[in-house]
Amino acid sequence: MDLTFTEEEQAFRAEARAWLEANVPRPALPSGDTREGFALHKEWERALFDARWAVVSWPREYGGREASLMEWLIFEEEYYRAGGPQRVTQNGIFLLAPTLFELGTKEQQDRNLPKMASAEETWCQGWSEPNAGSDLAGIKSRAVRDEANGGWRLSGQKTWTTRGAFCDRMFGVFRTDPEAERHHGLTYFLVDLHADGVTVRPVERLDGDEGFAEVFLEDVFVPDRDVLGGVHEGWRVAMATTGSERGLTLRSPGRFMATAARLIELYRAHAGDADPTVRDAVIRAWIDADAYRWQTFWTVTRLMEGGRTGPEASLVKIFWSELDVRLHATALDLLGADAELVDGDDAAWMKGWQFALSGPIYAGTNEIQRNVVAERVLGLPRR
Amino acid sequence: MRFAFTDEQLAFRDAVHDLLEKECPPDRVREAWTNSDGRSGAWDALSEMGVTGLSHPDVAGNLGVDEIAVTLILEETGRFALPEPIVEHTAVALPAVAQHVPDAVTESSLFVAGGPLVPYATSATALLLERDKHLYLVDPAAATLTPRASVDRSRRLSSVQWDPSRATKVGDVRDAALAFDRGALGVAAQLIGLAQHMLDTTVDYAKERHQFGVPIGSFQAVKHHLANVALALEFARPLIYRAAHSLARRDSQRSVHVSTAKARASEAALLAARVALQVHGAIGYTTEYDLHLWMKRAWALAASWGDAAWHRERVGRAILDGETAAEEQ
Repeated sequence: MDLTFTEEEQAFRAEARAWLEANVPRPALPSGDTREGFALHKEWERALFDARWAVVSWPREYGGREASLMEWLIFEEEYYRAGGPQRVTQNGIFLLAPTLFELGTKEQQDRNLPKMASAEETWCQGWSEPNAGSDLAGIKSRAVRDEANGGWRLSGQKTWTTRGAFCDRMFGVFRTDPEAERHHGLTYFLVDLHADGVTVRPVERLDGDEGFAEVFLEDVFVPDRDVLGGVHEGWRVAMATTGSERGLTLRSPGRFMATAARLIELYRAHAGDADPTVRDAVIRAWIDADAYRWQTFWTVTRLMEGGRTGPEASLVKIFWSELDVRLHATALDLLGADAELVDGDDAAWMKGWQFALSGPIYAGTNEIQRNVVAERVLGLPRR
Repeated sequence: MRFAFTDEQLAFRDAVHDLLEKECPPDRVREAWTNSDGRSGAWDALSEMGVTGLSHPDVAGNLGVDEIAVTLILEETGRFALPEPIVEHTAVALPAVAQHVPDAVTESSLFVAGGPLVPYATSATALLLERDKHLYLVDPAAATLTPRASVDRSRRLSSVQWDPSRATKVGDVRDAALAFDRGALGVAAQLIGLAQHMLDTTVDYAKERHQFGVPIGSFQAVKHHLANVALALEFARPLIYRAAHSLARRDSQRSVHVSTAKARASEAALLAARVALQVHGAIGYTTEYDLHLWMKRAWALAASWGDAAWHRERVGRAILDGETAAEEQ
């Protein structure tokens, strides 16, 4: 056991810190889930890409630095420490890309990864449907073979699509075998949202941003080259992505450590009138962020020595999403009567609170995650 | 950064596991409730294997053993609810006594530590006690020992009245702080082992026990209780190991790390006990069934060496008020 960082890791951290301190936009950008904010975020993503910080763990040929998992964690810590903006590229980079690397063809990788990393093309996730949320295998949107044109015709509706109103492309699962049921007969497609037959309707979220969308598809042509993994293999391909979403690649500890550090600053500003129970909640939240960091180092050591993540990813998803809620709830307690303000210096906490409330819902509700933990980690019977 | 144990550390842990499985089964823990000295009998076998003396500087130096290896062993003793005071003797007192009064250590020495309640004080060779942030090594015959009954009857507690003297002083502020952190981390490791055992046995029970024609473990309400215990353990265990590393390296943030570990371990074990009882139902509410042996040990250890709230506040003084580690303890 050696919990010190190597000289290379420390040099990597120093380089990231110096660049971020000089380049992170100030004042902070408006929310990336609004139209004007999204455009500014794309500029920021381009700057990150040009300096090779957009996708540090990727191969050099796609704009990365071939950083180790540990270095990626270090970058994430520095990114959020510096107050870096939320990544509007995250659904592509952290959810689709791992699947493309694992199951995509070289042609698909070459065509999609560089534009994804530079934010020239932005991606959203087409999972949920009006009647398929937690029960993803219940999806109804379908794809019909178009042999003459060498592709598929997609029809149906996707919903709660984060940043769907602004993105260029969507990855999602569609039913290609109408006879098959549940998780059989599905295929994973990469869909151009600018194609004929696509209608996107923005939906205002709880926090007032317009980042949600409903995506309607009517006979939308998708060529064969945009099938990821095999035809009818969509469930297996999709599961590769949900593993990434629940696990550490979507929500690295750096993000929560930065929030905990801001919470401590807020506590110090309000220490004089803070109730002892709120003080205790601040300490708890900081300990939990610390626990998340060390559980991650524990897991990453195992991964770097050849291990794989399995259903334990569900434990991680439950923990970070509920930690985020506690961090923000505690901040609102510290703010007292000012908690309701959505203007002024502390407005970010109410905004963040509302965003945090989505965590236990998206990427598989925490009720589903607890079932996964019980059945696949602890081995309890499904029925 | 390599946050994992070595193969040697894991192999030694496994050997201790095998020994405890043989020498410290639940029946022995149960016997320790009613026999004369509260011993399971596993102590001699552990001594023979070199486990109880592992932290003696001569042994530790030879074998390259440090707090990291010891913590892993203590977790295992928690899993088997070993009654004997291995935290007090091996983790806390032995390294301090061996460093300051090496002649006081013999093969049959049993040192205990703590305060105000000291376990096994009546059968100990000597007591390592703290007064005004200094350490003293006290002959039990020179102290007034008043037996007190623990909810865990295997823990033979005494309240100790004694007078410090220059002759019995064996350590200064730094030694006392180190001894306390070793004790707190030691019971934190045992709490993790206790919690893991309660989770494992409760999961087994939930698979076997049928109601309404199905295993009760198939009900979501039961599943979610047990998933919450798995969650608490998953995010407590790395804090224990990180604190062990900080102790072994004498990290300047050691006390904060120990306190995060003890706080989360106490909470995890209390939750495991609460859920284990609820999932077992009435059978768990009897003393004929073994669960209560683990549950009561968890209650006792969660409250000892600083409970969760006390340790959180110690963390708070460091991270919120900017107190440094040297001012702690």
